[in-house]
Amino acid sequence: MKIAVCVKHVPDAAVTKRIDPGTKRLDRSGEGSLNPVDANAVEEALRIRDATGDGAEGEVVLVSLGPEKAIDSLRKALAMGADRVLLVSDPDAAGSDLVATSSLLAKALEREGADLVLFGQQASDSDGAVLWAAVAERLRLPLISQVAELTLEGGAVTGKRQTEFGYDVIRAPLPAVVAVADSINEPRYPSLKGIMGAKRKQQDVLSLADLEIEAERAGASGSRTEVLALSDPPPRGETRKLEDDGTGAEKIVEFLAEKRLV
Amino acid sequence: MTALVFLEHHFSESGEGELQQGSLGILAKASQLGEDVAAVVLGSGVEELAAEAGRYGASTVYVADDPKLEAPLPQPRVDAIAQLVQDKGIETVLFAQSILSADIAAGLAARLDAGLNWQLVDIASQDGTVVGKQSALGDSVLVDVGWISTPRLALFRAGIADPVESGGTATVERVEIRFQDHSLAAEMLEQAHEESSGPSIEDADIIVAGGRGLGAPEGFGMIEELAKALGGAVAATRAVVDAGWYPYSAQVGQTGKNVSPGLYVACGISGAIQHKVGMQSSKVIVAINKDPNAPIFEFADLGIVGDLHAIVPKLTELVRARKG
Ligand SMILES: Cc1cc2nc3c(=O)[nH]c(=O)nc-3n(C[C@H](O)[C@H](O)[C@H](O)COP(=O)(O)OP(=O)(O)OC[C@H]3O[C@@H](n4cnc5c(N)ncnc54)[C@H](O)[C@@H]3O)c2cc1C
Ligand SMILES: Nc1ncnc2c1ncn2[C@@H]1O[C@H](COP(=O)(O)O)[C@@H](O)[C@H]1O
Repeated sequence: MKIAVCVKHVPDAAVTKRIDPGTKRLDRSGEGSLNPVDANAVEEALRIRDATGDGAEGEVVLVSLGPEKAIDSLRKALAMGADRVLLVSDPDAAGSDLVATSSLLAKALEREGADLVLFGQQASDSDGAVLWAAVAERLRLPLISQVAELTLEGGAVTGKRQTEFGYDVIRAPLPAVVAVADSINEPRYPSLKGIMGAKRKQQDVLSLADLEIEAERAGASGSRTEVLALSDPPPRGETRKLEDDGTGAEKIVEFLAEKRLV
Repeated sequence: MTALVFLEHHFSESGEGELQQGSLGILAKASQLGEDVAAVVLGSGVEELAAEAGRYGASTVYVADDPKLEAPLPQPRVDAIAQLVQDKGIETVLFAQSILSADIAAGLAARLDAGLNWQLVDIASQDGTVVGKQSALGDSVLVDVGWISTPRLALFRAGIADPVESGGTATVERVEIRFQDHSLAAEMLEQAHEESSGPSIEDADIIVAGGRGLGAPEGFGMIEELAKALGGAVAATRAVVDAGWYPYSAQVGQTGKNVSPGLYVACGISGAIQHKVGMQSSKVIVAINKDPNAPIFEFADLGIVGDLHAIVPKLTELVRARKG
């Protein structure tokens, strides 16, 4: 069983995210890390690989589109136990929207021909939760999204997921694209051995030319949306944030009393 | 020039069909574009539902009534809408955010190489150019977004527009869809509806909500105690509902309930946008979270950075003491 997992390098949660008013793109210059919920997709892939027990044939490949420094984040997923990395990185790919990103990732995934392509729940910088559906369409594969419970049986994948109305159970024949919800599992922490071994695992960085993608399909020229202007959101009411110094509970009660809520 | 709104519907366990309020609201938004507004209803046994869309401002409703569209799966619907876009000269397709609609919109973007803008809170046409208002980066910035080509695809944030009854009638036009093989490969095995039981959190004036920060299902014991002391109800995030810590009927957010109590106490909740859309209209929001960078602090009236295991039980005691 070969499993490809799409993972993204995003600005670290501790970095205040901003859009650069000059380039009108997300400022990615600060500290970055692996998109937190993508660790759930990696974890699920590792569990499937190890449970199907087809030994050397079982493989988990991390596929990503991002800047070269994304490799650092990808190593964290390698340290968890993934087998290798395929990073698509090219200055011409910067600023790719959904149309461009999905077509680049689909090209990389076509090369891999995995039995199962996994995605995380959403990228923390895009709040999109959309990419998998575009990639599935480009690969012409069936799709199951928001999966909180996954089972593999008889050449098919079955996913249980939550919707606005309750729960769905959906089955799709392999190969298939599955996006997991972050409740599907508890990602493992990399072991020291995993961390040490990660550096030596295969890490391919491919340019657009390597993937035989014309530059017009990527970046701004491959995109169909644009950012026109930025403005401040409507003002919020006043907010107060206090460090708990042991009197947090008292502070809340005082506040509620002030508002006549207790 | 036509703007097309995807109308989502849902059949309850008893077979009662209903168009979703969120998507009917988008019909009203679409009329702001000054284009002809059409709607599309895709399903099995939905012709009657389709006719209703005229009352909310659609001049034409396209209906594909096909057993292959019975299950609410996205890929056959991509086939249907792509076909309509190509046959009917549609320039803009609008969706209200939902699990189903997001997957259709993104699939359609790939099928048609069409730009998709999401998290939109508004849309307008300025001198013939269509501009979307996107709330981005945890609502810290409003972005004017555009489309470089047509068709333009727009996915609106849940609950941004209420349906407006115009009292009109729509021409209903039946269409036959040609499906692609890969679109029919996924199969719905089961759909479990959850009708909620007991008092609904939608009517509660005080809500105490717990998230993954509780650490374990047992953490809800502490939340229930605080709710009891305050005389309120208990709510949860999707993360803990999915993990089986608390029932679905208590879930607040995009895929759960919309609440607007007088007081919402969020304990161990990060404040992700999909949770926020379900509770941001609460009058007073108090948050307890140990991460000073948690997004919830951006919109909580009072935020305490600290460990809920220390704060919540003490808070319960203090509230009890005050109430005597
Ligand atoms: C299409 C879609 C629909 C969705 N619909 C919904 C929805 O309807 N409702 C919903 O809620 N979510 C929804 N989500 C999920 C949403 O994006 C978040 O993943 C979810 O809200 C996170 O839940 P949480 O805050 O409980 O968990 P987390 O994001 O994991 O946050 C837990 C928080 O607890 C804090 N914490 C940990 N330990 C402690 C402690 N000891 N003391 C104090 N604080 C602590 C942490 O700092 C953290 O901020 C949806 C997502 C998608 C993609
Ligand atoms: N640049 C990228 N490279 C690889 N995978 C990605 C990339 N962007 C997003 N993903 C994957 O797609 C999921 C959803 O992303 P999004 O639709 O942007 O919220 C993420 O959780 C990742 O699994």
